[in-house]
Amino acid sequence: MTTRIDTRFAELAKQGRSAFVTFLMAGDPDPATSLEIIKALPKSGADVIEIGMPFTDPMADGPSIQAAGLRALKAGMTLKKTIELVRGFRKDDNATPIVLMGYYNPIYIYGVDKFLTDAKSAGVDGLIIVDLPPEEDDELCLPAMKAGLNFIRLATPTTDDKRLPAVLANTSGFVYYVSITGITGAAAADSPAVSEAVARIKRHTKLPVCVGFGIRTPETARAIASHANGAVVGTALVDALKTSLDAEGRATGKTVNAVAELTAALAQGVKGAQQAAE
Amino acid sequence: MNIAKPNSYRSGPDERGHFGIFGGRFVAETLMPLILDLEKAYTAAKADPAFQAEMNGYLKNYVGRPSPLYYAERLTEHLGGAKIYLKREELNHTGSHKVNNVLGQIMLARRMGKKRIIAETGAGQHGVATATLCARFGLECVVYMGAVDVERQQPNVIRMEMLGAKVMPVQSGTRTLKDAMNEALRDWVTNVHNTFYCIGTVAGPHPYPTLVRDFQSIIGNETRAQMQEIEGRLPDSLVACIGGGSNAMGLFHPFLDDPSVEIFGVEAAGHGLTQLHAASIAGGRPGVLHGNRTYLLMDADGQIQDAHSISAGLDYPGIGPEHSWLHEVGRVNYLSATDDEALAAFQLLSKLEGIIPALEPAHAIAKVMELAPKRPRDHLMVVNLSGRGDKDVPQVGDILRGKSK
Repeated sequence: MTTRIDTRFAELAKQGRSAFVTFLMAGDPDPATSLEIIKALPKSGADVIEIGMPFTDPMADGPSIQAAGLRALKAGMTLKKTIELVRGFRKDDNATPIVLMGYYNPIYIYGVDKFLTDAKSAGVDGLIIVDLPPEEDDELCLPAMKAGLNFIRLATPTTDDKRLPAVLANTSGFVYYVSITGITGAAAADSPAVSEAVARIKRHTKLPVCVGFGIRTPETARAIASHANGAVVGTALVDALKTSLDAEGRATGKTVNAVAELTAALAQGVKGAQQAAE
Repeated sequence: MNIAKPNSYRSGPDERGHFGIFGGRFVAETLMPLILDLEKAYTAAKADPAFQAEMNGYLKNYVGRPSPLYYAERLTEHLGGAKIYLKREELNHTGSHKVNNVLGQIMLARRMGKKRIIAETGAGQHGVATATLCARFGLECVVYMGAVDVERQQPNVIRMEMLGAKVMPVQSGTRTLKDAMNEALRDWVTNVHNTFYCIGTVAGPHPYPTLVRDFQSIIGNETRAQMQEIEGRLPDSLVACIGGGSNAMGLFHPFLDDPSVEIFGVEAAGHGLTQLHAASIAGGRPGVLHGNRTYLLMDADGQIQDAHSISAGLDYPGIGPEHSWLHEVGRVNYLSATDDEALAAFQLLSKLEGIIPALEPAHAIAKVMELAPKRPRDHLMVVNLSGRGDKDVPQVGDILRGKSK
């Protein structure tokens, strides 16, 4: 089975360049603006779109992404509306891969089977669920694979060679390497260390490896993209969105552009990089 | 719920950390290697007689164990039913049962070579116990505490600081225990290489619910021996308050396979079960948070809801996974007491027995006030007096003065 994610990475490999992966929170700052922002991303150079599923207690996220989730929840966002957001995006774009990222509880409460059916039919391609390690694969990873969705696993600096095979076993789509031990938006990734880590992961898998956490500027994005098959940016985009809001946290005329402009700048950085040698 | 009764209620969890459907290991990948290391370290420590011997030494001479099992004669006379015994965990060094668990975890941290300890705390009792043992063993200590709790539990904040701990007020979310736990997890993800997370209750990812229960089981084991010595038989009922539920699990666990012993856990009903409360079993359903599946307070979308209790130590939207399982298999009866009932019990115990309880066990006393009069005079009831009320004196004083105005 080939998913939109597989197709996209194969195309990029042919072009000899890495993917630019964007992250934004579904429903931030409100559901309508959020759809406009997501729609603007591919035009600005995003190759893969990650959409956060808002959760009250995102224990591995930093203050920016936590605040984005709370803004979305306050604006009435739910998991059901997040799936609808993807459906809305798919009306105009049937090629850009969409990955939902978040925590397990809202999915567990929605019902795993119903969630997988609804997400797949709306046009979701993959899932990243932060609090489901391989030890809990029965919960969602295995059913997701069966439903034809990629389950993208995080590998981290603490994932050593002994553990990597377990982490990679049921992973598909791509591997998301978290370049720091820490929360989202914390430190900047160290480029030589990332290069070494990506090479280490590639010894265990043929899947593309994307790197995230700590990438904020076109320069860092470029450096990371030269070592990996993709660079993921989240906090910097969420911060750009937040800066455009009014005093009450509502969208303004600048909001969609603020995200689109930074996306374009970061995409230029990524596209300037040569893809990591296979 | 129709669940087959197990042969033993004490054999859990399974090798993956599950009590029935509850428990598990729902954490970020960064933490998994450390959690697996911790499980190995704990398994090795349990099998090492030197570990137990060293711990027993500190339990006796530093913590002050065994804690007495005290016959509350005046409370018994006043209520006119069951014979009420108080397990005096409030007499432990640092003023609560929390020190039993912290001692065990700090000794594990030392075995694992960790020099930096982090903890989360609600009422501050777990924070004080952690700060105390870090001082004793010369370890760096950082305690996360919701900003709301920093305000209402000032005496404990001052104690932690005097003991050399850094108290970090948490401003995110509802600024209470749940957010302190999120913040501690964020710190742990960031500093995983040198840091040991000392969890304060029977919750979190496997193996925490198990190891905390094991360290707290000294409460129930002592109660068994003491009751045999005083009355020549087992107690007929046990009562303990529940936030996460560590004091309760410590008292209950050694008695789970004694069918003659009735067991009651008391959750915080706050303003009442139809309003703001912290009763996860009475008002919640199974979900996944903070590394485990358990009963949680949440909305229809799976978003975690704010808990409320007059007691900062019970103000948590979840409960330990083993309690969730004991509820579903029907071995333990989970009841709840409101803020007002706890306040009334706080005053009653203070005036009748000269013991000022913490607001947490005041919830247990509140249910004793209901249960004991309905039991015969030869019924032996044990209440876990999990902590003393010094920390709550300013808060309760304000409330009572406010009411009398």
